[in-house]
Amino acid sequence: MANSHLTPGVVSGRLKAEAYHDNFSDKEPPFDAHEAAVAADRCYFCYDAPCVTACPTSIDIPMFIREIQTGKPEAAAKTIFEQNILGGMCARVCPTEQLCEEVCVREVAEGKPVEIGRLQRFATDTVMSKGAHPFTRAPSTGKQIAVVGAGPAGLACAHRLAMKGNDVVLYDARQKPGGLNEYGIAAYKTVDDFAQKEVEWLTQIGGITIETGKALGRELTLEALRDQYDAVFLGIGLTGVNALRTEGEDKSHVHDAVDFIAALRQSGDLGKVAVGRDVVVIGGGMTAVDAAVQSKLLGAEHVTMVYRRDRDHMSASEHEQDHAASKGVRIITGAAPLRIVGNGAVQAIEFAYTKETAEGLTLTNETFRLRADQVFKAIGQSLEGTPEGLQLSGRKIAVNGQGRTNLDGVWAGGDCAIGGNDLTVTAVAEGRDAAEDIHASLMR
Amino acid sequence: MADLSAEFVGIKSPNPFWLASAPPTDKEYNVRRAFEAGWGGVVWKTLGEEGPPVVNVNGPRYGAIWGADRRLLGLNNIELITDRPLEVNLREIKAVKRDYPDRALVVSLMVPCEEAAWKAILPHVEDTGADGIELNFGCPHGMAERGMGSAVGQVPEYIEMVTRWCKQNTRMPVIVKLTPNITNILYPAEAAKRGGADAVSLINTINSITSVDLDAMSPEPMIDGKGTHGGYCGPAVKPIALNMVAEIARNPETYGLPISGIGGITTWRDAAEFLTLGAGNVQVCTAAMTYGFRVVQEMASGLSEWMDEKGYSSISDFAGRAVPNVTDWQYLNLNYVTKAKIDQDACIQCGRCYAACEDTSHQAIAMNEGRVFEVKDDECVACNLCVNVCPVEDCITMVRVPGGQMDERTGQTVPDEYGNWTTHPNNPSARAAE
Repeated sequence: MANSHLTPGVVSGRLKAEAYHDNFSDKEPPFDAHEAAVAADRCYFCYDAPCVTACPTSIDIPMFIREIQTGKPEAAAKTIFEQNILGGMCARVCPTEQLCEEVCVREVAEGKPVEIGRLQRFATDTVMSKGAHPFTRAPSTGKQIAVVGAGPAGLACAHRLAMKGNDVVLYDARQKPGGLNEYGIAAYKTVDDFAQKEVEWLTQIGGITIETGKALGRELTLEALRDQYDAVFLGIGLTGVNALRTEGEDKSHVHDAVDFIAALRQSGDLGKVAVGRDVVVIGGGMTAVDAAVQSKLLGAEHVTMVYRRDRDHMSASEHEQDHAASKGVRIITGAAPLRIVGNGAVQAIEFAYTKETAEGLTLTNETFRLRADQVFKAIGQSLEGTPEGLQLSGRKIAVNGQGRTNLDGVWAGGDCAIGGNDLTVTAVAEGRDAAEDIHASLMR
Repeated sequence: MADLSAEFVGIKSPNPFWLASAPPTDKEYNVRRAFEAGWGGVVWKTLGEEGPPVVNVNGPRYGAIWGADRRLLGLNNIELITDRPLEVNLREIKAVKRDYPDRALVVSLMVPCEEAAWKAILPHVEDTGADGIELNFGCPHGMAERGMGSAVGQVPEYIEMVTRWCKQNTRMPVIVKLTPNITNILYPAEAAKRGGADAVSLINTINSITSVDLDAMSPEPMIDGKGTHGGYCGPAVKPIALNMVAEIARNPETYGLPISGIGGITTWRDAAEFLTLGAGNVQVCTAAMTYGFRVVQEMASGLSEWMDEKGYSSISDFAGRAVPNVTDWQYLNLNYVTKAKIDQDACIQCGRCYAACEDTSHQAIAMNEGRVFEVKDDECVACNLCVNVCPVEDCITMVRVPGGQMDERTGQTVPDEYGNWTTHPNNPSARAAE
């Protein structure tokens, strides 16, 4: 007898095969050419457009939309890629409702923005599906740069450096390049192995050698890289996971959400991914939403997200929260875990409601229990294994505006460095800008 | 409720909306559907002389331009006059008129520029019981190369001559359809009047190439790699048509000559505009070809609502009301000074007014902190470009500077009284006249 959403415990195969396909297909289907033309026509081509200011990579949005409108998505894609070589991924994962679309004058005026994200996807998909790469490499500079971490920051940095004629070796600790694009994003946001296809497309520029399975502090040392290369860029992300520090955290079926998301992305067959009947996700960010929604899509009967503060403090956007709710995820705010209960495996979690006070968040005496046979922790990631000599600012690598660290010849960007907001698009901007600075300093 | 009935050169129709001579009126089947849908009248698609009918191309007959979401803005055609035998058309006209006696049925005609040819066809048309004839002096393609259509319409003497032949050989009212493919619409209109025309109808279609196929390097519509100019119509031509109608309506030589207004009429409002500028009724084609015959119901209901709102009980209450306000540039009041004013509550901060004014006009809009756009009264010439490019209706308006106040741009006090170019000190002729 096959499993269903009612099967107790953490099991796989809760759904019929076609249900997995439906549940994990494109969250927002791409525009066809006519839809794109109609959507593009809504753009007013604003002067000094607010959307451009809101975009961390400063894409000339009115221009690329006009290029779509006039039937040249190829030109539009080039406008996008000039600023953001990962424009294809950003079109899928950017919280546009908090960036470009939030400030679109039509959002402000009518509550209905120009659909910038979907238009960007239309343009970038048009070019990428043809396999065409819009840029050519400058003559060789003879410089060699090590980029550590093949996530959004590293990829953007490597591409910009290679385009300017430098040779780049792009290292990554995991088996595949892509970083969080490959391991950290909900499957329905980037279907059809898009992250890998994007890396392949991006490296067509030439001059980029990818070496996977090589991590700083494991196969690589910063000292050796500094000796061997003309410059080093660190885009190593946040590989540490914050602990709950709650009684019972060690019970089985209590996992880090990032591991669940990564395993789900890497599973060839979603029918083999095990999920609980009663899933509780602790946290209020994008990772929490991705874990919660995907648990539901895998056939969990009840999925509850619990966040310790109120809704306004959640880092998941309203759009993301609505999406979770629309998939049947229950969101409880203002409650923190007291202890995880179970005999070996988790059976329930006890929560206390919280209260904002002058001393900070405190627990109240009001408590409740949620049945849980699987718990995902999504309360943030942290920098891990920082090489010696690198100066930190708080819990991240200290950098200046161009991504320079305190060490000569070492730049850093993306989630591992100070100043960002943990968004793909911001990491791309930081990688790109660091590449410009590296190139400029090497050419001096 | 407003009475929409119209009488045009003695031809009565329950409303002023006629279908123009064109594909929609080529056959009994279509015309019956049109009358069932509510059209007040039709001008039957142009008949030619007896004998083998003309042939049409067998590739595309139409080309188009589109706006957002593929809204049809302009259409052109290279279709000729009816390609069905004369006797079939005459039989059908008679049958339709018999069944719809309350509707206007006018027959469009185009035969060679010889009196005998016109003399021959007119009795046949009279036999059908049709209400009148319209002389097709407008068709710009195909027939013109054979010395008909706009080849006649572009020579005022021919218009006058053929009109006179028709008036002498039929009791039916004669409407002369004018081509816009001329330098001054008054010459053919005056010629028609001299020939005794009961009315003119205009505009016929405008010579045009809608687009170029950039792969085939051929104009559209393309027939086997080649194209030819076709007649342009649809919403895009309305402003051209309105001007030509107004020119005839206010010209002393043609004043009072009934006009059937044609050109891009798509809604009740378009129709109302033609009627106020001097048209006695309107003819429609492209709107019907785009949306089907039912559009007439919107035109009728919209016009009726508007008339009720304004207190007009019949078409004649407002027909021609805008004509006295069409004037020459030299009589416009130069002491009428306005300034653009931006309603900050309505403004959505797109900055289009700023880009337009700063780049292409008078640098009269300031972009202030927080994307607040404000008009500089000392630079604003009141050109209205900001109003036209603003995506928000009524966000920018033109506000009059009252007489006695200073125009900040010129530093001069705005005069109270009317003053035009004919009396302006900068006008050399004005000085000479002193």
